[in-house]
Amino acid sequence: MNPETTLRRTSLHAEHVRHGARLVPFAGWEMPVQYRGVMAEHAAVRTAAGLFDVSHMGELEVSGAQAEAFLDEMTPNNVSRLATGQAQYTALLTQAGTFVDDLLIYRLAAGRFLLVVNAANTAGDLAWIRDHVHGDVEVRDLSLEYALLAVQGPRAADILGRFLGKDLQHMGSFRFTMEPMDGATLLISRTGYTGEDGFEIYLPSAMAPSVWQRLLAEGEGDGLVPVGLGARDTLRLEASLPLYGQDIDTTRTPLEAGLSFIVKLKKGDFMGRETLARQKEEGVSHRLTGFTVTGRGIARPGHGVRVAGREVGIVTSGTHSPTLGRAIGMAYLPVAHGEPGTKLMIVIRGNEVEAEVVPLPFYRRPPG
Amino acid sequence: MPGKPEEGLMVPEDLKYSKEHEWLRLEGDTATMGITHHAQEEMGDLVFVELPAEGDSLTTGKVIGTVESVKAVSELFAPVDGEVVAVNGALVDHPELVNQDPYGEGWLLRVRVASGGEDLMSAAGYRTWLQDGGAA
Repeated sequence: MNPETTLRRTSLHAEHVRHGARLVPFAGWEMPVQYRGVMAEHAAVRTAAGLFDVSHMGELEVSGAQAEAFLDEMTPNNVSRLATGQAQYTALLTQAGTFVDDLLIYRLAAGRFLLVVNAANTAGDLAWIRDHVHGDVEVRDLSLEYALLAVQGPRAADILGRFLGKDLQHMGSFRFTMEPMDGATLLISRTGYTGEDGFEIYLPSAMAPSVWQRLLAEGEGDGLVPVGLGARDTLRLEASLPLYGQDIDTTRTPLEAGLSFIVKLKKGDFMGRETLARQKEEGVSHRLTGFTVTGRGIARPGHGVRVAGREVGIVTSGTHSPTLGRAIGMAYLPVAHGEPGTKLMIVIRGNEVEAEVVPLPFYRRPPG
Repeated sequence: MPGKPEEGLMVPEDLKYSKEHEWLRLEGDTATMGITHHAQEEMGDLVFVELPAEGDSLTTGKVIGTVESVKAVSELFAPVDGEVVAVNGALVDHPELVNQDPYGEGWLLRVRVASGGEDLMSAAGYRTWLQDGGAA
């Protein structure tokens, strides 16, 4: 099998090539990992703005008279509290309370929801939902119809606002609006995966190249540049946003991952609730913990974490932080070793390198 | 570090090249070494360089250090037998020098060559080898 012939391309492939992207296989897609360089792209998002193609993400529509009740059974956050025009971060959980996936749910209308899921999990999520679906609920996979752009950074609201001819400064976080354009409708939400202010734009795939080009032209004077998945990863890790497959998976629960804000035990029964209620009462044994490397080296996923010569965990994410100028990482550690200031050793190619537990997130955007 | 040679690739004529994408500038019995323009392009922005110490002895083909970009870790291999006589200390705080000037300010080591190096390629040979896919 030739993997190059089986990779999917987004509708923006030609734009990526034009901008000199390095394209790599990612979750079955051929995606841009960088254009001019990860460090410059990362800095652009922290100081100005970046434009991302994340069309590989999956979009599932769940609709019907019982769609709300069904999603409340399947996810730990409170879907019934979600108004039309709002989005929420949540998860699909197993009966054991562990992650099938993490996702955003948008309420498009009373009985109509959009679920935005990880590319690598789209097929599995669809199967999981269809295995459990009952009553008046319809599930459709719209992944190939939608493109998804993200405009992220302190200049994002200005740039996108001018592009749409609309004031976006006062739009709330996790709110969305439907905007007509060229005979189609764009869903624009104040969401992202970078730790900066920003927006995500869901639009028909065929429109994506035109919107991409016009946005880059609109934002040129503001410093808007295309940004690849390389900087997306360093940006999200600085903000300690978990990545499925590394920081969360079917062995970890939201309480262990530090995502208790998506667990609403009082809302009624839902998949995984029993385990989560017990974990909450007894306390978790391990917790996703942040550290910075104080010695020389870069922690990478898979490296061991030791305390006093004993292995206590494995690095789930680790990289050089462009904003902080040092190596950062996360690992599930016993809660006893999770206090900020705790000295750790990261085992990098057989050598112990000093590290220290720090509070999460590593980076918080300046207010205002 | 596989990949096709990119446009604007710099392969200076006066250097020798290894299949690990390292370059050597031979001057008498010493040689300065670094990684090639192609190698740093493939790696992307370097953020960490780990090198042997002065006085360490090198054995051809053995791992002597690592270079890391944000996403990738790549090992360095000794291109000759010999002894390290100088290390580019500027790279500790400024690994980006390797990206900015791979054949100049971004040099890695200076080595007193004892033996080896017979398998190194000329600039023309390295260029052809890259065009043929770099035999990764």
